[in-house]
Amino acid sequence: MSIDRRKFLGVAAGASALVLAGKASVDALASGSGPKQGGTLANTRWAMVIDPAKCLKDKGCTACIAACDKVHNIPDFKNPKHAVKWIWKEPFKDAFPGQEDEYTTEQYKDKPFILMCNHCNNPPCVRVCPTQATFRREDGIVMMDWHRCIGCRYCMAACPYGSRSFNWLDPRPHIAHLDTDFPTRTKGVVEKCTFCEERLARGEGPACVEACEAKAMVFGNLDDPDSEVRHLLKARFSIRRNPELGTQPEIYYLV
Amino acid sequence: MFMLEKAVVGSRRYWIWVGCLLAVILAGFLCYLLQLKEGLGITGMSRDVSWGLYIAQFTFFVGVAASAVMVVLPYYLHNYKAFGKITILGEFLAVSAVTMCMLFIFVDMGQPMRVLNVMLHPTPHSMMFWDMVSLSGYLFLNALISYVMLESEREGVAPPHWIKPIILLSIPWAVSIHTVTAFLYNGLPGRAFWLTAILAPRFLASAFAAGPALLILLAMVIRKLTKFDAGSEAIQKLALIVTYAMLINVFFVLMEVFTSLYSNIPEDAAHLKFLFVGLDGNTELVPWMWTSVTFAILSLVLLIVPRYRKNEKLLAFTCVIVFLSLWIDKGIGLIIGGFIPSPLETVTSYVPTLPEMTIVASIWAIGMLMITVFYKIALSVRHQLA
Repeated sequence: MSIDRRKFLGVAAGASALVLAGKASVDALASGSGPKQGGTLANTRWAMVIDPAKCLKDKGCTACIAACDKVHNIPDFKNPKHAVKWIWKEPFKDAFPGQEDEYTTEQYKDKPFILMCNHCNNPPCVRVCPTQATFRREDGIVMMDWHRCIGCRYCMAACPYGSRSFNWLDPRPHIAHLDTDFPTRTKGVVEKCTFCEERLARGEGPACVEACEAKAMVFGNLDDPDSEVRHLLKARFSIRRNPELGTQPEIYYLV
Repeated sequence: MFMLEKAVVGSRRYWIWVGCLLAVILAGFLCYLLQLKEGLGITGMSRDVSWGLYIAQFTFFVGVAASAVMVVLPYYLHNYKAFGKITILGEFLAVSAVTMCMLFIFVDMGQPMRVLNVMLHPTPHSMMFWDMVSLSGYLFLNALISYVMLESEREGVAPPHWIKPIILLSIPWAVSIHTVTAFLYNGLPGRAFWLTAILAPRFLASAFAAGPALLILLAMVIRKLTKFDAGSEAIQKLALIVTYAMLINVFFVLMEVFTSLYSNIPEDAAHLKFLFVGLDGNTELVPWMWTSVTFAILSLVLLIVPRYRKNEKLLAFTCVIVFLSLWIDKGIGLIIGGFIPSPLETVTSYVPTLPEMTIVASIWAIGMLMITVFYKIALSVRHQLA
């Protein structure tokens, strides 16, 4: 995308006008409406439903994490401060802060829950990104352009879910098994779960879902009333992480 | 060329000082080359504390930059003559501080070569875009104003008429840079510590205390070293500004503390607990924060009692502790404290590394070098060098 001075001034002037325009501008600022990425399916809103009860049957299982790490060339930095995580486990009390109480959730409190990018409908990371290197596709996937990212880490400050990782060092020497079908990243850029958009484009499901033998994760299209995710959400009560923040996460946890 | 010829002649003492600054700048530059090669992993920052000293220092110096308005406004809007001599010092301080801010942002970038993507893909819904617009605009305004004013002073002519509206524009612009900087933080849904409407007012109050305090100290140093005397009226008026701004700042902080602790909403209170008593056994910032509180209270006593404020030796000490108190509060606590605990309630330790601190020191040295050169030019023009 190239831009000349005139266009830049046009955008800047347009933005100034928006700011003066009251409510409309607030909506525009809050929606984080970046340029839409073409090539995605119409009437599609990808989402995932996770059944923690199924997942917790085998507490030691990390099949989904291993599958993701493998197909996405996730580096393994030994230092946890530099960790790159697309999908990982966190105790219930940290995944759902403020939800725990003394009794009812005793059995859940320290149980590991599967976490990943929530692919929010109203993503704060997209709103704050100064270069539109992170953007929301029409099918709901929050994507990253690793070639445009300047590494300012504003998105990491904005994400209320800790779903974003930064390459503090060169990741390439720390990749255990290089998969040449997927790009590696350079140091100094942010990355996160992409709902396996490269697999979706080939008609496959996300790697984590495929790897889960307990079938604890279901992936599907919320815009399709006959999809399994819609049936699950209709049949059972579900919760989302920090719903009060208005981010509208697309990862649902069945209760 | 831009009167720079006046900066390359000077006494032995001048050159020793410039040499020391250049040595620090060189050390920082070498550390930056290391960071460029290895990545930001050589700093103490981490997945959970993803902004550190660089961004914290940036935030503090935006305030120092904005505070120039505290001399510009009384002089140009209220025709307060006592500030006539130091207005140019305030504007040069602003130019230096904004440059430091831009450098602090630049060294924080993971991919600095791509930083112009911010202009290539302008994104009005990002507050960082507006911060870039307001900071670069403020730098341009102050550089232009101080150059034009000094040039007319050298020529012995009245400043051109067109500069007046530009000076007036720089006043609200100063407020805007610190407001937009506060907006960087207080629009983030998951960061309870920053999610407060009083952040921008608090930023401005602390800026208008720290900046003029620094200006008083600079004026005192210059008076010692040269024939230039800002005059005790100007210094006393600045001290009064520091007094009111510091009072308002402490008041705002206490409002913040009350809201967080009395409402007792866990995520609000957790950050204050981390800063002032420690959280999950981590007490890294506790001594710093209490130092800041002690300095703030002591400085208020020394500022409010007229007898103490009018004692210039004591005032110098007061200005030092005002500056240090606010530097700790804003240049360390506010940003680091916002990341700890994380939204997932984890407490991650953050300690800046030696290369990181060297880079910070070198940006300070660049700021001091700019101040030195600018002030030398200004005083040479006025033939007031010792």
